[in-house]
Amino acid sequence: MASPSSKTEATQSQPMTAMSVIAPAIGWLIPGAGHLIQKRWIRGVLLMTSVVTMFVLGLAMQGRVYQPNGGDILDILGFIGDVGAGGLYILSRINEWGHVVVAHATADYGTKYIIVAGLLNFICVADAYHIAIGKKP
Amino acid sequence: MTLSHFNAALLFSIFASVVFGITVKDNAREQVRYGLYCFAMFMGGLIVAGWVMWALRH
Repeated sequence: MASPSSKTEATQSQPMTAMSVIAPAIGWLIPGAGHLIQKRWIRGVLLMTSVVTMFVLGLAMQGRVYQPNGGDILDILGFIGDVGAGGLYILSRINEWGHVVVAHATADYGTKYIIVAGLLNFICVADAYHIAIGKKP
Repeated sequence: MTLSHFNAALLFSIFASVVFGITVKDNAREQVRYGLYCFAMFMGGLIVAGWVMWALRH
């Protein structure tokens, strides 16, 4: 178990910088942008392409976009997953995309695509943060 | 837009593998290798699960 002093040292070795706040925030809002503003061009483009394509394919398959809710646990988890897509989620709510009743298997795949796009973007955000604090090259 | 189950799983595997490869590993070579490993595991799992469901049904 780590002692309090070693925890303090670990915190001090990863100083909070402006980039460590901005990169995850931008990365959440625009998938892949957290890497792009840190000049990780190829990684940023690949992450952006993957997350955006998954989200758009999900909508094209008539997947459902969850709204904030306090009901069924699966609906709450679906909302948490969707929110991970950041700007894409906000855009879809503004334009009322994904307000459909899931009536066939393909639409159910679409719903899962949208949720997973958001969850993958959460991983991208964490990665952008690790790059910003120097934990990852 | 309508995709078959296999095509949906194939696209899902590609995009998820790209993100896993980039975010889990540090250098480019390891990222490519890990991405390919994840893709192989996704597709292998898909095929195995398909045969298991076929065996359960028969």
